[in-house]
Amino acid sequence: MIKVRDMTVVYDRQPIFTNLSVQFEPNAITGIIGPNGAGKSTMIKGILGLINKQNGIVTMHGKPIEQQLKKIAYVEQRANLDLSFPINVFDTVLTGTYPNLGLFNIPDIKEKKLVTKALSDVKLSEFSQRQIGELSGGQLQRVFVARAIVQNADVIILDEPFVGIDMKSEADIMRILKQWRDMGKTIIVVHHDLNKVTTYFDKLVIVNRGIAAYGATSAVFTKENITSAFSGDLSSILFENEEENHV
Amino acid sequence: MYSIQLFIEGLSNYNFLQTALITSILVGIMSGIIGSFIILRGMSLMGDAISHAVLPGVAVAYMLGFNLLLGASIFGILAALLIGVVTLKSKLKNDTAIGIVFSSFFALGFILISLAESTTNLHHILFGNVLAVSDSDLITTAIVFSIVLVFVVTFYKELLITSFDNTFAKAYGLKTQIMHYALMLVLTLVTVTALQTVGIILIVAMLITPAATAYLLTNRMSHMMIVAAIFSVISSVVGLYLSFTFNWASGPAIVLTAAIFFAFAFIFSPKQNIIFKNKS
Repeated sequence: MIKVRDMTVVYDRQPIFTNLSVQFEPNAITGIIGPNGAGKSTMIKGILGLINKQNGIVTMHGKPIEQQLKKIAYVEQRANLDLSFPINVFDTVLTGTYPNLGLFNIPDIKEKKLVTKALSDVKLSEFSQRQIGELSGGQLQRVFVARAIVQNADVIILDEPFVGIDMKSEADIMRILKQWRDMGKTIIVVHHDLNKVTTYFDKLVIVNRGIAAYGATSAVFTKENITSAFSGDLSSILFENEEENHV
Repeated sequence: MYSIQLFIEGLSNYNFLQTALITSILVGIMSGIIGSFIILRGMSLMGDAISHAVLPGVAVAYMLGFNLLLGASIFGILAALLIGVVTLKSKLKNDTAIGIVFSSFFALGFILISLAESTTNLHHILFGNVLAVSDSDLITTAIVFSIVLVFVVTFYKELLITSFDNTFAKAYGLKTQIMHYALMLVLTLVTVTALQTVGIILIVAMLITPAATAYLLTNRMSHMMIVAAIFSVISSVVGLYLSFTFNWASGPAIVLTAAIFFAFAFIFSPKQNIIFKNKS
């Protein structure tokens, strides 16, 4: 469980959030949605301490998060990565063992076995020696999910994992997220596609320069909340479709 | 061919040439390895900056009679910190901060050196003179060589992850800033030793040209470092030979040799795909 209390993040002298409080539960996949520029990724970075917080406390299992970062697997947006780096799929996934190895230890047979197993879980065994720059978007995303598997974290945070990837990869990743949930882990997904919100997420956080709403998806994903956070036009299209589907 | 024979005979007869050869090889290996990190981290300009910024340190050490490594390290790290501060505390981009800091340090060093010594020495510092390396310089180079090897072997994992995916490293709690400054410190040490072979102005070429050549020819960071070190050593030895035979300044001779290797890799590397573009 991650608890955020009174977090204030200021960027370029503009406050992105003021006194934001929210919590993320174990045994659940929590989606974070919100319009562009709402601060979804900024919130994640604030929680992880990747950007400075003006104010606020983040705890995990009741202790300050800074002491337990190894137990969090963070899969950032793929666009931020240098894909021409000379590294193959196997070695990329192997870096997931680094947090638990600590300084001065190097990956051994045990760690390499974890990688082989994780690559098979994400169905990429045959790509093990492939350069990361030669993969499709979906394959690359699965590589980073495999890295999160070997990290064996309690909390997994994915930032826009489904952008620009094929349906099969999306389904494979969702399958693994559900396995993690059933193992009691806390899964947080920053997401932009409102269509799949109800099928993917157990809990939902709507962000719009602060927390607009949070709780069980069925309670939070309502026409009123979407209208106020996004726009009326969007919500009428969205909820009209859903009504048709139910009929 | 006769000149090669003379070079080899020279090697067996002259102590100064043996010292020069060993120095060239050690500096070649170090600059290939550290240079690989510099280019993978997109820090070529930073490498150039740090190598220029050590000049006042060299001058001060010379004037006050203490160890060159110490003087250079202080100014190298000071420059790295200042660049960090200017980038962080102003709206300027990193490359602008680098440009301002290193040119100022270089200018200061230039004036200090002119005050302290004759122009001959300044020329050697700027362009290198591997044939004038003393035995005590060689010992300094050997010490730095050991430090570089121990550093890279001990922190290979951390250097890899901070070069490849710094955000991931930060997210799991690795002190990435400490890694950055440790690498900058090691870079200044390499710079001081490379100053003897190629001189301050051309050090950046030793750092990035062999590493860039290796980058075009390899697919893994460890292989890249080894291949970079090999190209760097070959360039250094060939450059030393040219310097001995034709009385060229050692720095430009070494750097041009490295550039020729790069040109071949650029044209023929499968990764680069210039020649084979239409056939594949």
